[in-house]
Amino acid sequence: MVSRSSRSRWQNDLPAAVGDRRPLTARAGVLGLQGDFAEHLATLDRIGVEGVDVRRSEQLDEIDALIIPGGESTTIGKLASQYGIVDKLKDRVAEGMPVWGTCAGAIFIAKEVPGHPHPLAALMDMTVERNAFGRQVDSFEADLHVEQLGEPPFHAVFIRAPRISRVGPGVEVLARLDDGTVVAARQGRLLATSFHPELTRDERFHRYFLSLGTS
Amino acid sequence: MASQSTPDKNGSKSTWTLKTGLAQMLKGGVIMDVVTAEHAKIAEEAGAVAVMALERVPADIRAAGGVARMSDPEMIHSIMEAVTIPVMAKARIGHFVEAQVLEAIGVDYIDESEVLTPADLKFHIDKHAFKVPFVCGARDLGEALRRINEGAAMIRSKGEAGTGNIVEAVTHIRAITEAISQLTELGPDALEKRADEYRVPVELVRQVAKDGKLPVVLFCAGGISGPTDAALMMQLGAEGNFVGSGIFKSADPARRAKAIVEATTHFRDAKLIAEVSRGLGEAMRGLSLESIPVAERLAGRGW
Repeated sequence: MVSRSSRSRWQNDLPAAVGDRRPLTARAGVLGLQGDFAEHLATLDRIGVEGVDVRRSEQLDEIDALIIPGGESTTIGKLASQYGIVDKLKDRVAEGMPVWGTCAGAIFIAKEVPGHPHPLAALMDMTVERNAFGRQVDSFEADLHVEQLGEPPFHAVFIRAPRISRVGPGVEVLARLDDGTVVAARQGRLLATSFHPELTRDERFHRYFLSLGTS
Repeated sequence: MASQSTPDKNGSKSTWTLKTGLAQMLKGGVIMDVVTAEHAKIAEEAGAVAVMALERVPADIRAAGGVARMSDPEMIHSIMEAVTIPVMAKARIGHFVEAQVLEAIGVDYIDESEVLTPADLKFHIDKHAFKVPFVCGARDLGEALRRINEGAAMIRSKGEAGTGNIVEAVTHIRAITEAISQLTELGPDALEKRADEYRVPVELVRQVAKDGKLPVVLFCAGGISGPTDAALMMQLGAEGNFVGSGIFKSADPARRAKAIVEATTHFRDAKLIAEVSRGLGEAMRGLSLESIPVAERLAGRGW
């Protein structure tokens, strides 16, 4: 899947797992409060990683990485802050646990979300704008060139998607649309995508995320 | 089902993946009927994943009688302006022009709904022809698959809207899930026979038999009045809940809405459901099914 040339270019930056079959994170949690968490759990299952449906704060101690799925960020944010998940998550991130937010999840982990009605986790130094491409009829699919994943391009599904309108100094941009809009970024062990890799059969983004914990 | 097999091109919009995908994002959530922008804000604040904009909740439609039609675009627009979550709106069964208008307004999902007075006794809307996705009601698996075959990207069990009575919702979700589990045990000939009976292509029936689930998200609707009803439907196999009259016909809509949201997420956690159910105030009064003449039951609309 990954061509030799693109892989060697990123060898120093990328820890083991992308493109090969080295063991990944042992247990990955998926925040199961609301949204398409089942699709993330199914993807983890396909790549042989044990997935945990996380709905209570104490479960955050039982996992090595956490994915925050697509869904409604207002709902997820409200339920997460209500049951102490946000506070516990901040502690786990401070300890180095990798966290990946897809779509609503990216909103959930962003430090700045203009006009958001509920409190969020505010973990990653970026500004994320909700519904940045319009309403449902403006939802779209696009192929993205992501150097860290190599070839072929990653087919990305954008549903009432947010965009990353500002990234802080420690944040690396991973993917842009043709017009330059940032739609994937990483800050250390924090990963954000505006789109839904869990809705496709391409597991490269999941492998990439799980490799962050071994770096 | 041509739209499902067509490869999705780069930059393409309104694909089957995108239509069904939005419903995937709503899973585990509650979609609330709202009649004003203020209601919509209360729903969003309570944690609703989407709102259904309509002029009257089903209990009032039932009480008012007469013909129930699509809501005023002005009113739908004011709700779209008030909240950031997806906004759905209802079109009459078979009324494809109401659907065209709702698409033009820019709603995120159309509910081709038996709660409104049907406009066509022969044909449901050809939903594949639209850019915007549709949700449709169903009482059993055959009805659900006929709607999916017409292009519905999400299904809700019908229940009996505007009653605050869960009995029909239970009947319908059980009918759907039990028929699905039966399908998984049938051989090829029996599946063809079932497809004939359901009046849908055998490929669709085979897919459901293979996956053990519908190819689209399944929500429950029609009769949920509080947190225990919401959790009941989730335990019976719904992937989320529509709540209509149950919230804004109760004594304390904001608290009840929040409790229903929490019970839908933590649907197996009886302690938590007990906690959120405390002191909620009066639920909507509700109707027994027997008190509604068969001709006035909404679930019988559509086929």
